Amino acid sequence: MPVVKIKLTPTPVVDTEIPPAANDSRVKAAPTLLSAPSTPVSRVIRSGLTWVVPPALGLLVFVLLWAQISVVSGLPGPIKTWASATELFAHPFYIKGPNDQGIGWNVLRSLARVGTGFGLAALIGIPLGFLIGRFTFISRMSAPIISLLRPVSPLAWLPIGLFVFKEAQPAAIWVIFISSIWPMIINTAVGVTRVPQDYLNVARVLRLSEWKVFTKILFPAVLPYMLTGVRLSIGVAWLVIVAAEMLTGGVGLGFWVWDEWNNLNVEHIIIAIFVVGIVGLLLEQMLVLFAKRFEYQG
Amino acid sequence: MEQRYVLLENVHKVFETRHGQFVALRDVNLTIRQGEFVSIIGHSGCGKSTLLNLISGLSDATGGVLVCAGREIAGPGPDRSVVFQNHSLLPWMTCFENVYLAVERVFSAKEKKATLQRRAHEALALVGLGHAAQKYPHEISGGMKQRVGIARALSMQPKVLLLDEPLGALDALTRAHLQDEILRIVATTGCTTIMVTHDVDEAVLLSDRIVMMTNGPAATIGQILNVDLPRPRVRLSLTDDPAYNRCRSEVLKFLYERQHRPEERVA
Repeated sequence: MPVVKIKLTPTPVVDTEIPPAANDSRVKAAPTLLSAPSTPVSRVIRSGLTWVVPPALGLLVFVLLWAQISVVSGLPGPIKTWASATELFAHPFYIKGPNDQGIGWNVLRSLARVGTGFGLAALIGIPLGFLIGRFTFISRMSAPIISLLRPVSPLAWLPIGLFVFKEAQPAAIWVIFISSIWPMIINTAVGVTRVPQDYLNVARVLRLSEWKVFTKILFPAVLPYMLTGVRLSIGVAWLVIVAAEMLTGGVGLGFWVWDEWNNLNVEHIIIAIFVVGIVGLLLEQMLVLFAKRFEYQG
Repeated sequence: MEQRYVLLENVHKVFETRHGQFVALRDVNLTIRQGEFVSIIGHSGCGKSTLLNLISGLSDATGGVLVCAGREIAGPGPDRSVVFQNHSLLPWMTCFENVYLAVERVFSAKEKKATLQRRAHEALALVGLGHAAQKYPHEISGGMKQRVGIARALSMQPKVLLLDEPLGALDALTRAHLQDEILRIVATTGCTTIMVTHDVDEAVLLSDRIVMMTNGPAATIGQILNVDLPRPRVRLSLTDDPAYNRCRSEVLKFLYERQHRPEERVA
């Protein structure tokens, strides 16, 4: 009977698996907006709708709120600030005496301080983290010190630095150092304790030397944790630098903010806030990109 | 062929826990001859992996004597290489580098780099993965990962190969395929092998002897079965073999009649 035969033939299975492109969260976010088949053009529009429009809208709301507040409070509004900024960024690298230098110099000097303090912290913090993670005795030894010192406000360390170094510049670096060292110590140490026992068992069966264990197993396994610590640390360092420079003076963003406050140039203070934010964002993004290179899949 | 190649005498293992002592193994006596394939089978929690860890040296026995090739076992070493259940390949190294790490450790004192590299390639070729040498572990399937693990273990030319439920995490088809693969490799290398498993068919197919463990706590060897099946063994022709089925039912009887599942006993 041909009819039965047809019924018995399995209907061709429609591939119900979601193609990888549709699996993307970007597409899921706006499934009803464009149900047309995915062409390059529609994909551009889709990603525009999901990735460009919301942030742009957010920024627009922010600027409008800012404009409104400026009318009420007398703060400089977006337009006035923009005009001031174009003027400021026209000559970023001028030098008119020690207390009057271009914004570019201020940013670079702040970055140099952060770089030095943070670099020293990494140089000491990361090896210390490895030691704390690898040896329980050292971990127990250091636990009370770390939990005691870590919550201390960064600026509380400034007088100590000034007293010891007798100078503003190293004191500011000291503050960056002491406040950015903790995330690196802690994350590295946690990373070492989280190295899967299986990997260490491999090392034991092979009877690898301590150096090989470090280079072939410990270091690569801990690297992602370590880089998280580095990222947090650089965030803290950049957070602290403005306050430290306000107190210590010299050329730098923090000092510049304070100087412009004394000049009552509020536009420049607002510009400084943006510059601090943008530089911080760039530092963070750079490290995220850097860390991605060292990600591995288990 | 040495008759007493691996020797366990009155082996005890006691764990110190928060609730006092936990006796995992007691009075384990076992002699394994050179080139023999021995499976250790038992319900989960019976201490079969603990026993293997004692032989590998990854953990120390509380009492008794363990000897391998005439030397007392004190700590792990490349002469007793282990294939771990979850492959334990280092994810930041390619398959070749994973094997090479082991080869380098064992032979670099005497051999040149080119020879070491050849050894690593040969080990991968032995498990049929010559083509995947430059792949990273996350790029290959679970079965392939486990084969790299076997290649790494064999590349060290161990005195004893220890397999800790090496196929436990794989699907049935891949598992059958790898069992055939292990049969072939063991026939080629003649390596003394101790395998922990909970798969009855696997144990009968691969082993010369099957060591059946009683349930823990204080587990010990309940029975040892000789598998008198001629080699080379072929999976399909064995399914109707009366000797094969007798061995199989013997193990099943031990596991399900004499040693109930631990959960059932508690309930």
